[in-house]
Amino acid sequence: MIFSDRTALILKLLGVSALAGYPLVGSEFYIELVAKVLILAIFAMSLDLLVGFGGLVSLGHAAFFGIAAYTVALISPEYDPANLWLVLPASVLAAGLAALAIGLLVLRTKGIYFIMVTLAFTQMAFYLFHDTALGGGSDGIYLNFRPEPRVGEWMPFDLAEGHQLYYFILAALVAVYVLLGFVLRSPFGRVLVGIKSNEHRMRSMGYSTFHYKLGAFVLAGALAGLAGFLYAVLFGFVTPELLSWHESGHVLMMVILGGMGSPIGAMLGAGSMVALEEGFSLLTKHWQLLMGLVILAVVLFLPGGLIALPARLRGLFARGDHHD
Amino acid sequence: MDIFSFLVQTLNAVQYGLLLFLVASGLTLVFGIMGIINLAHGSFYMAGAYLAFGLTSATGNLLWAIVLGVPLAMAIGAALEALLFVHLYKRDHLEQVLLTYGLILIFEELRSILVGDDVHGVPMPDFLAGSIPLDDTLSYPVYRLAISVVCVGLAIGLYFLIQRTRLGMMIRAGSHDRDMVQSLGINIKLIYRVVFALGVVMAALGGMLAAPISSVAPNMGGQVLILSFVVVVVGGIGSVWGALIGALLIGFADTFGKVILPDFAGVMVYLVMAAVLLWRPEGLLGKG
Amino acid sequence: MEKTINRLTGLLAGAALLGLVTPAAHAADTLKVGLMLPATGTYAKLGNAITNGFKLYVDENGGKIGGVAVEYAVVDDESDPAKATENANKLVKRDEVDVLVGTVHSGVAMAMAKVARGTKTLMIVPNAGADELTGPLCAPNIFRTSFTNWQPSYAMGPVLLDKGVKKVVTLTWKYSAGLQAIEGFKESFTAGGGEIVKELTLPFPNTEFQPYLTEIASLKPDAVFVFFAGGGAVKLAKDYAAAGLKDSIPLYGSGFLTDGTLDAMGGAGEGLQTTLHYADGLDNAKDKAFRAGYQKAYGMAPDVYAVQGYDAAQLLAAGLSAVSGKVDDRKGMIAAMEAAQIDSPRGTFSMSAAHNPVQDIYLREGKGSANPVVSVAAKALADPARGCRMK
Repeated sequence: MIFSDRTALILKLLGVSALAGYPLVGSEFYIELVAKVLILAIFAMSLDLLVGFGGLVSLGHAAFFGIAAYTVALISPEYDPANLWLVLPASVLAAGLAALAIGLLVLRTKGIYFIMVTLAFTQMAFYLFHDTALGGGSDGIYLNFRPEPRVGEWMPFDLAEGHQLYYFILAALVAVYVLLGFVLRSPFGRVLVGIKSNEHRMRSMGYSTFHYKLGAFVLAGALAGLAGFLYAVLFGFVTPELLSWHESGHVLMMVILGGMGSPIGAMLGAGSMVALEEGFSLLTKHWQLLMGLVILAVVLFLPGGLIALPARLRGLFARGDHHD
Repeated sequence: MDIFSFLVQTLNAVQYGLLLFLVASGLTLVFGIMGIINLAHGSFYMAGAYLAFGLTSATGNLLWAIVLGVPLAMAIGAALEALLFVHLYKRDHLEQVLLTYGLILIFEELRSILVGDDVHGVPMPDFLAGSIPLDDTLSYPVYRLAISVVCVGLAIGLYFLIQRTRLGMMIRAGSHDRDMVQSLGINIKLIYRVVFALGVVMAALGGMLAAPISSVAPNMGGQVLILSFVVVVVGGIGSVWGALIGALLIGFADTFGKVILPDFAGVMVYLVMAAVLLWRPEGLLGKG
Repeated sequence: MEKTINRLTGLLAGAALLGLVTPAAHAADTLKVGLMLPATGTYAKLGNAITNGFKLYVDENGGKIGGVAVEYAVVDDESDPAKATENANKLVKRDEVDVLVGTVHSGVAMAMAKVARGTKTLMIVPNAGADELTGPLCAPNIFRTSFTNWQPSYAMGPVLLDKGVKKVVTLTWKYSAGLQAIEGFKESFTAGGGEIVKELTLPFPNTEFQPYLTEIASLKPDAVFVFFAGGGAVKLAKDYAAAGLKDSIPLYGSGFLTDGTLDAMGGAGEGLQTTLHYADGLDNAKDKAFRAGYQKAYGMAPDVYAVQGYDAAQLLAAGLSAVSGKVDDRKGMIAAMEAAQIDSPRGTFSMSAAHNPVQDIYLREGKGSANPVVSVAAKALADPARGCRMK
């Protein structure tokens, strides 16, 4: 360890400051794009809690993202802005409750079953919004006005203004990062990691592993819901495709690309994934072919993801040094 | 529903279920024996349909297309196993999911580059092209009945292959304890290659057989993939009989769901799956 | 903690990179067209035809629309609504296009319309038929050169009544386009005294039709009316014929059933009658010239999608010519586009108050791989544009 914890903290603060300073230099489109990356980073971190720490590979995480997005679109009045302090908790709660209901069922299964059952449940949720008039059917639904953070007559900030929304999203990202830090250092987090490495042992030690996993599943679902809420507020348009299993696969890919088991890795994965897609789509119309090849390469040659890259490179250099 | 309609719908359900079985059986084999979760299974179904289209155009007959297409699919399967999947046996399910997810993107783009984005149809062989009249309005296509017969034949063949042959014995042993089988001097690598190729052939064959009564179109594998998953989960991973029972159950749920509860047709098969899992989390015939 | 630093460096580098890419400014005397169409996925072929049609008009006019040189910015929308808002923003906010042209998928078009309304960008829809776009969501800056889902189907009602059809079963995918199309048919058919015996729907994109065919056979209606497109349309026509229903209970549909799908249907599409705003064998000079030009430029025959793309360019030309090429005169352009009479290969059409074509709908019949016109099913049909406040 070269740097002390204090230096690391300073560096983290620098990172946040860079993101905070971005709206001062970036153009409108890129501010929105970075805001989207920040939202995806929250989404990826929430999935990482399941995959990277709990060992639960879910292919249905987009369901909670989508359910929260639909919740805010559906409960907001058509011609007036809703109150942020009502719709935000309501959306997160809806996603959390859905995670509780689905978690009770899917956590009865393990391994391949778990992967496929989460996939099937996200399909069910998809059809719920796609096939019924509930949320505008297959064409999707608009959120016409961004919610207002009104407390009585007082409005501390205004999300209708792009920069303020950006900072609100950035604040949410930092809050989720800090929250996850607390959770993972808590006894709950340690048990979760213990379950990942050896569930049998944890159970014989007297832990009710099912309830720990359910807790993690609900928390991850609620945080994915926060991301979905922010997405709906940012873009103002919600569609059933937000719940599709392709979106679930997409966010899983972000987690792996960045390197699982690390919230910073999840953020890195979200950023690089978007950057790669943007870059490739400029090159060729068959850019998904390149995307597929990148996925193959990451799985085969970079198992630890991007955050493991420096360590691996250093490993190579260290061997080189040895010969001197 | 009168008794006549009921019987015809039952026929529809069985016929649909058997076709689902054909595709899902390959998936359950690869799952159960090799422990590999393969999201690209639907792409192999699509590849089969496009092979049927290309080869039928070239040879003029679907039967020739199948005769040529099956070895071709087997070769593709063996090559993919040797190049990619061989690296996955020691990896966890997560990496398998991702790698095969990447393959879906690659296959779909290759399809677009090689054959374009048009919708195609494949003519069925003349001697199977007729229909049998059931009453004054409704007939049943001979080809659909023929597919059902082929699927039943394949199910029996697969059962014999796994339960009654030497190769099947090695496959079964390999799924229990890879290292022990290897120490007995059996070439486990070759067995895995054969099993994987067999799985690809089953999916591709499903695509080829379905091509004349379906359409050959972009993204046709996605729908089939999800349904195959449901079938395998319901039946129990690795069990060929389970896949058959699961496929028939899903065939019935889908067919009668559409007729009796049309508003829930979209979620019917998933509801059935959820119910089965509540009752038996490891599937109907799963080992738990 | 070294790890953390490396991670942070990555983050910072990523952020810096994003900042470096700045929009290229474009000269004021060009028209910057943002083409947001599917280049990959299920609708790739349709996106390609629309692009070809649009560019054909531009190339015929020396690379200009209404005397103004055209510059393109292109985005593949993948027919993915989840990415649609960002993709539309890419064209509007990053590339600063003057006009947004797109797209095929209705959900994606809805997201585009949201962006266009928010930024007051001129938008032309060259396909997506969602009734809402020129209904409750109509806006001064949003035009459409294609159709509403309601239009082609509405025209079929009287056709069937004339044939003496009294009882009809409808069948479609349970998604907005299908449901709106069935609504259109139902409206004119029941108004004329017809009866809808049963409305069957199946989940999109499921194509296991057999249970429905059995049900149709037991209901024994006079005819069946459907809305399907692409691969699903092919499978339905084949299954319908194989179940022996084609001769006893005639099948009718909105024109997308047989557009670009007849070859794949084999013989099953022969004789199928459908209604659409375009047909083969139209007797007008514009269509003949268009077809010859398209064939020459791209080596294939054009379809209805190509026509819609071509007309999107024509509509723009009408607007720009009226303001003598002043791209900034948005008000003048919109007024001219509203008043335009478009000399389309489909026949002349005008714009309704809600900015949707008021056009002839043709009855066509599948013959070989073409859909030759049988008659005009509805003359100058306008969408009712329910919920539009511009009327």
